[in-house]
Formats: sequence, structure tokens, C-alpha cells
Amino acid sequence: MFVINCPYCGERDQSEFSCGGEAHIVRPKQPTELSDDEWAEYLFMKKNIKGVQFERWNHAHGCRKWFNMIRDTSNDKIHAVYKMGEKPPVI
Amino acid sequence: MKNKYSIFSLIKNAFSQHENWKQAWGNPEPKKEYEAVIVGGGGHGLATAYYLAKKHNMKNIAVLEKGWIGGGNTGRNTTIIRSNYLWDASAGLYDHALKIWENLSQELNYNIMFSQRGVMNLAHNLQDVRDLKRRTHANRLNGIDAVWLDTKQVKEFCPIINISQDIRYPVLGGTLQRRAGTARHDAVAWGYARGADAMGVDIIQNCEVKGIKRNGDQVEGLDTTKGFIKTKKIGVVAAGHSSVIANMAGLKLPLESKPLQALVSEPVKPIIDTVVMSNAVHAYVSQSDKGELVIGAGTDAYISYTQRGSHDVVEGTLKAILELYPIFSRMKMLRQWGGIVDICPDASPIISKTNIKGLYFNCGWGTGGFKATPGSGDLFAHTIANDEPHKLNAAFNLNRFVSGDLVDEHGAAAVAH
Repeated sequence: MFVINCPYCGERDQSEFSCGGEAHIVRPKQPTELSDDEWAEYLFMKKNIKGVQFERWNHAHGCRKWFNMIRDTSNDKIHAVYKMGEKPPVI
Repeated sequence: MKNKYSIFSLIKNAFSQHENWKQAWGNPEPKKEYEAVIVGGGGHGLATAYYLAKKHNMKNIAVLEKGWIGGGNTGRNTTIIRSNYLWDASAGLYDHALKIWENLSQELNYNIMFSQRGVMNLAHNLQDVRDLKRRTHANRLNGIDAVWLDTKQVKEFCPIINISQDIRYPVLGGTLQRRAGTARHDAVAWGYARGADAMGVDIIQNCEVKGIKRNGDQVEGLDTTKGFIKTKKIGVVAAGHSSVIANMAGLKLPLESKPLQALVSEPVKPIIDTVVMSNAVHAYVSQSDKGELVIGAGTDAYISYTQRGSHDVVEGTLKAILELYPIFSRMKMLRQWGGIVDICPDASPIISKTNIKGLYFNCGWGTGGFKATPGSGDLFAHTIANDEPHKLNAAFNLNRFVSGDLVDEHGAAAVAH
């Protein structure tokens, strides 16, 4: 458990948030054109990084807004929080 | 087996104050080359090596462990063993394991303290009742023992349960698998390690894999903290760190690694002689032979490799435990810990070849791998030795995420993942 600095509400306990997994996975532009392998890659395959990871979070028990986070999964240290659509900051 | 354990060896060693017992397994330096290398010295990895040597006559093999054997999830789980899964593929897999458990102490000449004390799964709402009754029928069609108990029978089987219908999640009944139970988790790793070592398997501890060398689509060996090891077959059984190893080979897996927690109480006299699990409120409890209550909590809902877990998860579990067992209200908890579990989208494991020749993965066991240890090792050994799956693990291939033929045990299993 850790404290997350919601870009809209400020610092809150992690238990108020839900994690949406890996960020910046682009939805295929032409889903009908995809092969089974490409669908599997898009839907199921994860980097599951041990280290610095880009991920999506939702302030589920707060403002209910989505945002992005850069977090080190090996020690839960949060490096940056940024809004949806913004460019990830360089860390 | 050299150094066989028996009542006679116990008496003989008593005369020398138990100071002359031989080491149960060796501590070798890695050779330059092996026929096969197993990455991960937990229960599943050691069992794989044991069955490779025993059933497939592959003796020139090694198990690499970055820490000490059984120091990962093998030593961190709540030791529950059962096979009452809904789908045919899962029932086949887990009951195969349960059948091996039933004779494992004798087979290994090592007391793994297997105790068939029964596992009871509680229902707390109408949907639970329907799901669990359906599962009972499915189990029996698959030859797995399962019975439905009404609320009164639940109370008779485990008298300390609160069956008041006024609580937030009242007990409406439950299922019971009498062949299910627990085993001493460390002993499973130690027993397999001793058995594998006796057949010539090198168990190499404090040896971390740093890279996988490939020549085209064939593996050639491993870079480790103890140097390069050449091999044509690599079986990865690295639990929460499976994705880390897969990334070394340029492979992505459908896994997310999350901390799963457990905790034990101070030791008390025998009070609960079975295992009780509750899916809806996510609480499960049993009592160890030392007298501690062994309590399983849930996973954190985000990827983490920290082996800690969040306090609110433990708090939620203990609230549920206290509502179901008011008798525990003044007990103190002694220790809490976390292990990193690798969870598949369909909450079923992967025991499979990959599209890289000689690279095999046994992973994705999520929150429930301990119960499958012997069966998992047996089937993974078969897959590695024959370069094709056994019919019992054919459904648990990596390709199911492409074909869509998933084994969806989410919610169908007895406890939420």
C-alpha cells in the first residue's frame, strides 16, 4: 500500500484507487483486419515489468477520473503521475 | 536410496546424539553443460527435476535457484490441497496431483505430513449456493468426491462457525471434499530435493539466471551469476518472476505478477480440524500442527514484485474471519508475509512448449499452485522429455490465448483470484 497523488484530488491512500494495468497500449485501428496472433498480443500479452512501469489508474472511490502513473514495481516507488493524453514525463 | 529414513535409522542415529545424519542434498558447483536445466527451485521445479530423472531417465540435469530452495512461494502458501475444480481439464489436472499426494510420503521416503482433513467451501448467497451445487455435480461426474452440506451440516462439521442468519454474509451451506487437506509445504520441497539429488540431479542454490542465449529459434544455454551453462532444454518454473525470465528470451507471457498475502496467529490448542474457505468474503483458515491459525488473504490489485502486500487486504480478510468465527476475536496475529503470484487472464496455469525450441514454461498458477505441485512436476517433466504435452496438460498450453480455448476458472474455482 502506498499514497498516490491524484492529479485532480491530491494525495490519497492507494486503496481508494483501482489499477488498470499497463498503459499506452494502442487499440488496433482496424480490429477486423487483425490475425488471431495479433489479437492475442493486444488482449492478453503483458510486459509485466519488474522495474519502472507505465500504468493506468482510476480514482475509483474519489473523482473517478483515469490518469497515468510511472511506478517501480520492484519497490512500489512512484516516479510520476500525469493526466490522460499528456506525454509521459522523462524520469 | 542411500541414507534411507526409517525407525531403524532414527534409533541408530539416536546413539550418536543425531550428529551424524548425512546432508539430505548436495551443494554442487554447476557443470559446463546439462541435458536440461530447470529454472526455479521451488516445489514445482524440484518435482519436475525429480520426475525427469525418475520417469524419463534424464539424470544429467540441474535445478537453478536464485535464493534457497523452497524460499519462494513454496514456503509462503497456506498449504491447502484440493481438486474440486469445475471444468474437466482442471479437474483432471488437480486430481492427478491429489492422487500423487496420497502416496507421496512413501514414494519420497520423506514425511510431507499430508493430512486429508477435508476442505469445506462456504456459500453466502443464492448465487454461491447454485454455483457450488453445480460444481459438486461436475466434480462427481469427474470422479472427484464432493458433497453438498446444508447450514446445519456445516455447523456439525465445523462447530466454531457462526451460522447466525443475521450476519452480513450468512452461511447458507457449503461443499466438502473429504480427500482434500493440507501438507507441510517446506517438506515437499525438501523431499523432492532429496529424491532428485539421490538420482544425480544438481541442485544449485544462490544462482540467478541473467540471460538466455538463443541461436535462431533454439535455446543454447543460460547466463547465470555462476557463469554460462550450456543446455538444449530449459524448463522455467519461476512463479511470479516468469515474465522476467520470458523477457530474457524475447518472449511475452499473458501474466500479471501480484503480491498475495497470508498470516498466522499465535499458537493455540486444536480448535479447527479442517480447512474452511469462503469465496464471497475471501477468508480461508486452517490450523497448523504447531497450533497457529493459517489464514489466507487476497492479492493486491496491481502489479508488484515487493513480496509485502497491503495492509487493507489483510484487514478485509480478518474482518470476514471474525464475523464467521467470533471465537477468534481476541487472538493475536504473529506473522504476515507476501509472495508474488503470476496470474493468467483465465486463472488457469500454463504448462507448455513455446515457439522457441527447447524453452518450456510452467507458470500462471496464480494463487493456487501449491496443491498441484506433484502433478505439475510430473506433467511438466513429460512435456520437456517428449517435447509434447501429456493429455492432462494439453489444454493448458500457451496457444490457448491465441485460439480462445481458455480454461476459465475465474469464479469457478473455490476462491476468488
